[in-house]
Amino acid sequence: MNDSKTAVKPSAWLGQALLYALFAALIGVFSSWPPYRHLAADQSLIKLSFSHTGQPVSDCVKPSAEEQAKLPPNMRAPLRCPRERSPIVVEIDIDGTPAFRHVAQPSGLSKDGASSVYQRVQVSAGTHHLAVRMRDDVRSAGFAHVREQDVTLAPAQILVIDFDTASQKIKLQ
Amino acid sequence: MRHGAPALPASRPPHGALPGALPGAWRRLEHGFDAAFGSPLNPLRHLGALAFMLFWLLAISGIYLYAVIDTSVQGAYASIDQLSRQQWFLGGVLRSLHRYSADAFVLVMLAHLVREWLLGRYSGFRRFSWLTGVPLLGFAFASAIGGFWLNWDQLGQFSALATAELLDWLPVFASPMTRNFLSAASVSDRLFSLFVFVHLGVPLLLVFGLWFHIQRISRAQVFPPRALALGTFATLLVLALWQPVMSHAPADLARVPEVLAYDWLLLAIHPLTYATSAGTVWVLLAAVALLLFALPFVPQRAVPVPIAVVDPANCNGCRRCFADCPYAAVTMVPHPNGRHGREMATIDADLCASCGICVGACPSSTPFRSAAELVTGIDMPSAPIGALREQLRAGLAALQGNRKIVVFGCDRGADVHTLAAPDVAPLSLMCAGALPPSFVEYALRDGASAVLVSGCRREGCEFRLGQQWTEQRLAGKREPYLRASVPRERLAAAWADAGDEGGLRAALGQLRNRLHTLPAGNTALAGATSDE
Repeated sequence: MNDSKTAVKPSAWLGQALLYALFAALIGVFSSWPPYRHLAADQSLIKLSFSHTGQPVSDCVKPSAEEQAKLPPNMRAPLRCPRERSPIVVEIDIDGTPAFRHVAQPSGLSKDGASSVYQRVQVSAGTHHLAVRMRDDVRSAGFAHVREQDVTLAPAQILVIDFDTASQKIKLQ
Repeated sequence: MRHGAPALPASRPPHGALPGALPGAWRRLEHGFDAAFGSPLNPLRHLGALAFMLFWLLAISGIYLYAVIDTSVQGAYASIDQLSRQQWFLGGVLRSLHRYSADAFVLVMLAHLVREWLLGRYSGFRRFSWLTGVPLLGFAFASAIGGFWLNWDQLGQFSALATAELLDWLPVFASPMTRNFLSAASVSDRLFSLFVFVHLGVPLLLVFGLWFHIQRISRAQVFPPRALALGTFATLLVLALWQPVMSHAPADLARVPEVLAYDWLLLAIHPLTYATSAGTVWVLLAAVALLLFALPFVPQRAVPVPIAVVDPANCNGCRRCFADCPYAAVTMVPHPNGRHGREMATIDADLCASCGICVGACPSSTPFRSAAELVTGIDMPSAPIGALREQLRAGLAALQGNRKIVVFGCDRGADVHTLAAPDVAPLSLMCAGALPPSFVEYALRDGASAVLVSGCRREGCEFRLGQQWTEQRLAGKREPYLRASVPRERLAAAWADAGDEGGLRAALGQLRNRLHTLPAGNTALAGATSDE
């Protein structure tokens, strides 16, 4: 039976070598080239990141004796406090110009969890005047937490703006 | 059909729902590779098997790397970097092989996807394989990207943070993932455990997914032919030696990594995210996933072909159809005649490809049987074996000249009807594998001087195994055998894809030339077509 099977010709060997080389080149080249630069050479990065639980949306109240009497004994608490937390408002000005403003809603179905913010702001390297303001209580006007500072950033440097829950202060690192 | 033979419902099925240009372009590409590798070793015909091989190469090299890596924030970088510098001849080569195998895996996987799409192999009985293949794309990229983090150099730092920023777009994390990378102090050994889980756990899911992916095909090829495997391995090894993979500078979360030698094959998603937005990338990924999952449900133009039917009276439970079915659509059940130990084939309608390979495997599909109406054990309602015998008889009766040739072809391969001539009777089957070898002997006994059998190129069978089984049956290596008494000099095979009609004509010309060296007619077998 003639099954059209033929011996491999030299040109076929050459073709195989070329195709294997092409495969290797495809992998070799695109596994490392072209180079990727995420940030321009004269740029720096400011990252705002915090996860902070806002203040309750309202004050705790002391129930009256009549109200307490209507409740089962196991639910009679001396103070009744709301679960819901205040959204957190944060603003950043860079060199006197508003760069970012965001209202972070509390997480959770009952809005009783932490509010989280993550934002990247690219700036040119050098010295900048930074103003960060944060409000975490809807019961008060104005910003309870403010930090203003001149920062000098080297190219490719990352400055992180965070909120230190322990000291209740905005920190730059 | 010429010469008044009763025509089988032969048709040339379209390639899925795509216009012919794209599948045609892919076919031409495959044929170009055939010229260099030969169709049995053509890598484009073994993409799935190559992906399997690359996966095992990744696993083996990865096990070594895992044994030597220090999976801590402080130690990871140094342990990998030292491997490349101080033990380049083993650890360094394995590290490079690991990376390049991952690149190759992704390339081969995507080529496999494109090939099956272009050739319309995603719907009907192939739907399960397609749908189980789609999630593997995500697993492959997830495990590959996770591998960069373990090195914890600047590239790993960039990829980890970019991934965290992408994930944070989804409202599923109570605290942003990105907070894990605010400073060096934020990155803990516990986070590295997560990295290890991603890079080891997701590949385990990939293995599980691959097992599902090949469940509905029998004799799944999970390793390429040895020559192709060696060629691919040698190529990656040479690349690993020529261009060893080296680490960038150690991760420094106080700085943005500047210029990165970037792996675009595995990490392209990060620059895409920063060029657009995390939301855009998620929408894009969701759209691609939705499209891929929906594709098998798009109505097809092709009319579904009825599936195989078993005739209990003619099925003796020999299991040949069970062994030969490429899609595991045949199972054996107790025979309804109640005889102890007797079995009968049964067809799973969801799995049947309507290829007819089972008909070619059935020993009852012999035209020599005496029944006026030829009924076999397992048959295709759209092209019954009895109709093929009638068509062959009519074709033989109409042939003219001293050297009569019967050509058995395949609807999916080169069009045998282009060979029609007064001395040539072409018959096209739904797959070459649907041809019982006894039909070759029958044709030679009933007046044919020679028989040409044609089908798709090796490893190019639309139904995976039809060409292979036919070749083995004709060579007497697989049941049902073409009997040894059949003169092989009067038989030729031409494995030619659709569009290869020129090659088919050349094979016919060679057979004609050979016939000139043989006695006219077929004295060895002529006049012996009495039913046996």
